[in-house]
Amino acid sequence: MAIWIEEDAKVLVQGITGNQGTFHATKMVEYGTNIVGGVTPRKGGQTVDLGAVQAPVWDTMTEAIEATDADASVIYVPPRFAGAAIIEAADAFASIRGNGVIVCITEGIPTLDMVKAAEHVAKYSDVRLIGPNCPGIITPGETGGAKIGIMPGHIHAKGRIGIVSKSGTLTYEAVAQAMSINEGQSTCIGIGGDPVNGTGFIDCLSAFENDEQTAAVVMIGEIGGNAEEEAAAWVAENMTKPVVGFVAGMTAPPGKRMGHAGAIISGGKGTASEKVAAMEAAGIRCANDPSEIGAVLLESLKAAGLR
Amino acid sequence: MNIHEYQGKQLFRENGLSVQDGVHCTTVEQALAAYDALGGNVVAVKSQIHAGGRGKGNLYSPVSGDLVMEGGVKIAFSREDVENYATNILGNVLVTKQTGQEGKIVNNLYVEGGCKISHEYYLAILIDREEKMPLIMASSEGGVDIEEVAEKTPEAIFKVHVDPVAGLQSSQGIGLANSLGLSGKAVDSFVHNVSGLFELFVSKDCSMVEINPMVRTEDDEIVLLDAKVGFDENALFRHPDIMELRDLSEEEPTEVRAKAADLSYVKLDGDIGCLVNGAGLAMATMDVIKLYGGEPANFLDVGGGANEEQVTTAFGIIMEDPNVKGILVNIFGGIMRCDIIARGVIAATQALELEDPLVVRLVGTNFEEGRRILSESGLNIHTAETLAEGAKKIVELVGGEQ
Repeated sequence: MAIWIEEDAKVLVQGITGNQGTFHATKMVEYGTNIVGGVTPRKGGQTVDLGAVQAPVWDTMTEAIEATDADASVIYVPPRFAGAAIIEAADAFASIRGNGVIVCITEGIPTLDMVKAAEHVAKYSDVRLIGPNCPGIITPGETGGAKIGIMPGHIHAKGRIGIVSKSGTLTYEAVAQAMSINEGQSTCIGIGGDPVNGTGFIDCLSAFENDEQTAAVVMIGEIGGNAEEEAAAWVAENMTKPVVGFVAGMTAPPGKRMGHAGAIISGGKGTASEKVAAMEAAGIRCANDPSEIGAVLLESLKAAGLR
Repeated sequence: MNIHEYQGKQLFRENGLSVQDGVHCTTVEQALAAYDALGGNVVAVKSQIHAGGRGKGNLYSPVSGDLVMEGGVKIAFSREDVENYATNILGNVLVTKQTGQEGKIVNNLYVEGGCKISHEYYLAILIDREEKMPLIMASSEGGVDIEEVAEKTPEAIFKVHVDPVAGLQSSQGIGLANSLGLSGKAVDSFVHNVSGLFELFVSKDCSMVEINPMVRTEDDEIVLLDAKVGFDENALFRHPDIMELRDLSEEEPTEVRAKAADLSYVKLDGDIGCLVNGAGLAMATMDVIKLYGGEPANFLDVGGGANEEQVTTAFGIIMEDPNVKGILVNIFGGIMRCDIIARGVIAATQALELEDPLVVRLVGTNFEEGRRILSESGLNIHTAETLAEGAKKIVELVGGEQ
């Protein structure tokens, strides 16, 4: 068992006929993801060549889920349409299957569109939104697995470390660090760097805590908001598995947005040092250099008798 | 994207909210004409820059660096006062708590009619990230540093979450007015203004509206004496009218050019330039440079799918900073292949005749090929396998030259 996405999950691609959609859908098929088709309005009936898979296209998510019984969808549509794409997917999953996972990769969605989309998704308790502005979610298998997003598949291997992160390439860094001490991953989730998103740290930590395959968790935060502090408080109260962490942005100046829309220290709040202090107080060992995540993880595994 | 107070007030005026009459000026003559047009009564002469703390800031001469005047917002009781203040403000550098030591040149003035203030309040609308909902914050302790109020007397700050679709309910508005201790017709005036501000916040995709102070006059009217308005950059595509309000002279020119090339750049004070893919990794790279004794000169994220041209542009932007004495490139090749980055790095260093030390750390897809291309280039490029190794190398190389 991994979390939320099984190795053989059936996946739809929203925006499959666009450049990004086709490119990443092909990469996902190469990895072994079970892509069952895609959606682009007014392109229904077409087929998209994804190499090993000829993916059928539907006009709407409702038609696509009815035809495929997909477990998940991944969104590559442009920012101005992405909020509506999330809402369409949530309605379709909820009405046809009652559940589903929506992974939104798109960067640059207006914040108020996300407020509306997140509020809409929250109405359905069994529909989950991951992202936006994130690398996606991956559950590596023995061979292949389910890669839903834009992460490089080949750096991963199946294992027992859960990884959750606000950042893209820093997540890959964490994966490489785990691999450097011969630890594969159960599931890796990028929750995204936008101010308003779907799944948060606590959702992921709670799912990892309840997942048999996961033995320990790596949590990567960054400046802005107080999600890391809230997650730390949750870990102190609820988590029995070891958690190690890293927070990016110790040297970030206040009041400046650092690439991600949500990565900003405003009104003196959301600094990296506050976050690290909260995490360490909750028993989360933090690396102060991403090149040390592997060593810190190894220490924690040893301390827990897992190595 | 931020706008000036005078532009914010104009938006408020167009939306039927309560603001004093005022005139935007760029010369002393215009300021005097504004004083006359406003009836020759008491006026406020306000420096217009995109930073807070103007009232408590100081103005300095850009030539000599001498202090010209204390306070960037002045109350003028006469024509002579207006002339004096406008002269001291325009063309000089205003340094406030938020501008940093270098301050900002003031090119714009706002001359605004005065009003008889009975009490000052604070009001802000922003997005509460945890609740994923717009939040209205109000306090009866206005006109002062709200962060101080939040720290010392958090009970003096009242908060209401408002659904952007439903809008501010009248019960919410009246409740907030009561919390602030308002009564009588001040309640109606407050509800009118706060509802209007919230509608504006939603309809124009604001990221932040802050009014400090919002005042109650002696006639029990609520007046928005301040206007700090920021907009969500991701939503500007649907607001061409707002985009026209952009004042590029208020923004760091290199950051503006970087944005045009789809790069995310923030200038810092150190001497080690960094070029990284991914925002989180770019921040981590700065942190690790600092950890090993160096000072980062910038944040620069080339994004997930950068090509050779973008890498060249990125190098150019980093090298424009005269403080830069060395550059660390840190790329985790995922979708982006390391051999392509390596070729981009070589092309850029040759095109720009880079002489400063350069350390390149490539990892991920095709990294062996990338490293081989760099080492066979015959150029003075150092390579590293981990971020820590790369940071230590560049710190050593830059330190060695000092």
